[in-house]
Amino acid sequence: MAEKKIFGITALFKDPDSIISAAKKTSLSGYTKWDVNTPYPIHGMDNAMNIKPSKLGFVTLICGLSGTTIALLLMWWTMSVDYPMVIGGKPFFSLPAFIPVTFELTVILATASTVAIMFAFFFGLPENSHPLHDTDYMKKVSRDHYGVVIEADDPKFNETVVKDFLKSLNPVSIDVIYYPEKETYPIFEPKFLGVLAATAIIVSLGTYLTLNSLMYIEPFNWMMNQDKIIPQSKSEYFADERGMRMPVEGTVARGFIPYPYLGELIPTEVLLNPSISTKAILELGERKFLTYCSPCHGDFGDGDSRLRGQFQNPPTLHSDRARNFSDGMIYHIMTNGQNIMPSYSSQVSREERWAIVNYIRVLQRAKNANEHDVEFAKNINIE
Amino acid sequence: MTEINLTYNKKELPTRYTRLGVLLLAIGLVFGIVAFITDQNRAVFNYLIAYSFMISIGLGSLFLIALEYIVGAVWSVPIRRIVEFFAATIPFLAILVIPLLFNMHELFHWSHEEAVAGDEILEGKAPYLNVPFFIIRVFVLIGIWSLFYFFFIRNSKKQDTTKDQNLTKLNIKLSAVFIPVFAISITITAIDWLMSIEPHWFSTIFGVYFFSGTVIASLAAVTLATVLLKENGYLHPSITNDHLYSLGGLMFAFINFWAYIAFSQFMLIWYADLPEESFWFLQKWNGNWAVFSILLIIIHFVVPYAALLAHPAKKNPKRLKFIAVWLLFAHLFDLFWLVMPESNQLSEGYSFSWIDLVFPIAIVGVLMLIFKMKAKKENLLPIGDPKLKRGLEFHL
Ligand code: HEC
Repeated sequence: MAEKKIFGITALFKDPDSIISAAKKTSLSGYTKWDVNTPYPIHGMDNAMNIKPSKLGFVTLICGLSGTTIALLLMWWTMSVDYPMVIGGKPFFSLPAFIPVTFELTVILATASTVAIMFAFFFGLPENSHPLHDTDYMKKVSRDHYGVVIEADDPKFNETVVKDFLKSLNPVSIDVIYYPEKETYPIFEPKFLGVLAATAIIVSLGTYLTLNSLMYIEPFNWMMNQDKIIPQSKSEYFADERGMRMPVEGTVARGFIPYPYLGELIPTEVLLNPSISTKAILELGERKFLTYCSPCHGDFGDGDSRLRGQFQNPPTLHSDRARNFSDGMIYHIMTNGQNIMPSYSSQVSREERWAIVNYIRVLQRAKNANEHDVEFAKNINIE
Repeated sequence: MTEINLTYNKKELPTRYTRLGVLLLAIGLVFGIVAFITDQNRAVFNYLIAYSFMISIGLGSLFLIALEYIVGAVWSVPIRRIVEFFAATIPFLAILVIPLLFNMHELFHWSHEEAVAGDEILEGKAPYLNVPFFIIRVFVLIGIWSLFYFFFIRNSKKQDTTKDQNLTKLNIKLSAVFIPVFAISITITAIDWLMSIEPHWFSTIFGVYFFSGTVIASLAAVTLATVLLKENGYLHPSITNDHLYSLGGLMFAFINFWAYIAFSQFMLIWYADLPEESFWFLQKWNGNWAVFSILLIIIHFVVPYAALLAHPAKKNPKRLKFIAVWLLFAHLFDLFWLVMPESNQLSEGYSFSWIDLVFPIAIVGVLMLIFKMKAKKENLLPIGDPKLKRGLEFHL
């Protein structure tokens, strides 16, 4: 068996006054790796041990500030950039509403990461125990004794010198503490990890099955059941039991402009064409004409439908009558329909209808070109 | 361990304190009267601020005394007399309140019968908000506080000679009764004096808001007095920076508490945005009052928070002295912010008047005189308190 490695040497005292004076003397003696263990905090100990103010506060501060930053960035990104939603008419970035979350995250990161850092660095993970644990010394100092320990890591450590020094403090007893023989980390043992995982699985499965299969309680319904009226549902509250209410009379849907000349043969007011025949508009008009009008009116408006007699062929759009229509009249026919031609206002938007009007004008001029037009066409180059 | 010397030699405060106190009070009194003559409305509102400030110091100190007994605090025993001296403000409130009672019509919209008639909200509140009941409340509360003050102090003083431990036990029981009474009475006080100047408004957290400021003000006063007395050698040498650290820590805690409460009140009203609540904050955003609102956050929270955050700052006497004065001003500023925008002549925005400076001067004078008077009569150390030795030995 290899020789046991010394962790440190301890000395026990009977009362708080002697531990304070022992701590004072030890700190004066120049040892740096030493500690005091007492059953309860003793006022004045920091002074006696000459402990410098801890740097842990800065860790906490930095963690807290990062909590503040993360919270604000998170809310800024989600609430005002990625998925802006109007809530209570407040601005997308409304600081007062964000402060509670910011506060919570600041506090939680400050405390949780301080504890985590304490575990990781100060408690020496993955070690799950300390050589002092499981010793008589620890049993005594957590009951009615007060102890000093000088560790073997101390550069000045020398077993006999330390023992003599501790003796000079008049302790009740002196002990040498050794490292435990096995240098393994119990928290990595497969058995331990297995039990941990098994516990987690059994507890979650057990809860889920008990609630869901035995008691028929949904474990989490994620707010699916709420006391509110959802679309298509009945409501006891209203006399007519309709959950979805009719809009108030005269309600106008968003983006929809009512057309006041429905049913009139010729609109009672002159409708002016608001769109200008730019290339983009004409292309839009062409596309829409080919989609919606050409099945009946033919690709060039000649009235040669592709419907093979299943629907009455419309008249040509190049008749004098059609050419003399005002823009507004063509728009009106599209919007209102005419005789057996149905209205296209629900399929084709306002802008698109005006674009079609412009396109029909182009067709009409092309089909009925005069010499002047031919001259003109020669001079423009078509890409 | 070195034995602590418990013998106590009483050292008189120099008479120049009295002279300075009298001078400040005289200035306040003379200019105060001129203020009441030239601009009654403004003077009354300023007087209300000063009066509320006195309540804060007196009642807050009484609360601190009760707190020490009820939690069994040890560190604060050696400086408890300082707290007791500030609590001596309480009986004087009965006199200080009189000018306000004679000017209630200037302050309180609800005190005008013709204004209440026809106003549904005010008519509903009239069973509570009416002049006779108001005056009864004011004096009953001052009476109750004075009674508690009297018993606390009598027991504490008696202990100096009898050294009877039962007196401490008695005061603990007294504290257990006092604290709920305090909670209710400070809420009533806040509602009566500070909330009812805008009788249409309501906020259920308002009592707590005033309470948080009250404790800050009294703690600041105690800290300031402790540091000054210590610097000039009037305190027991065993009262160290560790004791100051506890005061600093408490101030820091209550600065956070104030901010928490103030923000809670603001956020709920801001979020719901109901006109019957939000108009009060909008009033404090009117014209240059917005500047005051922003300043309030900085003065009452940001600066003292930053100044006291670090561990060493809480035990540094110089820092504490500065922060104590700062916080006393902050509480005054808080009260100013609560009260002044409600006065009709300043509702559109603030404009300076010398009257705003007069009453704070008088406050300082009055507090100095009360403190000096008590210090002359009584020991600065509760020499009979059974916890005194441990209190003096206190180390972090
Ligand atoms: C379902 C087949 C059909 C479609 C699709 C159709 N129309 Fe018609 N359209 C007709 C018929 C049939 C008439 C003749 C109605 C009548 O008897 O007055 C007509 C008449 C017209 C007239 C009046 C002609 C005149 O001389 O009175 C215009 C202008 C017109 N359509 C434009 C359009 C436009 C623009 C579209 C595309 C949005 C379109 N139509 C789509 C069937 C159609």
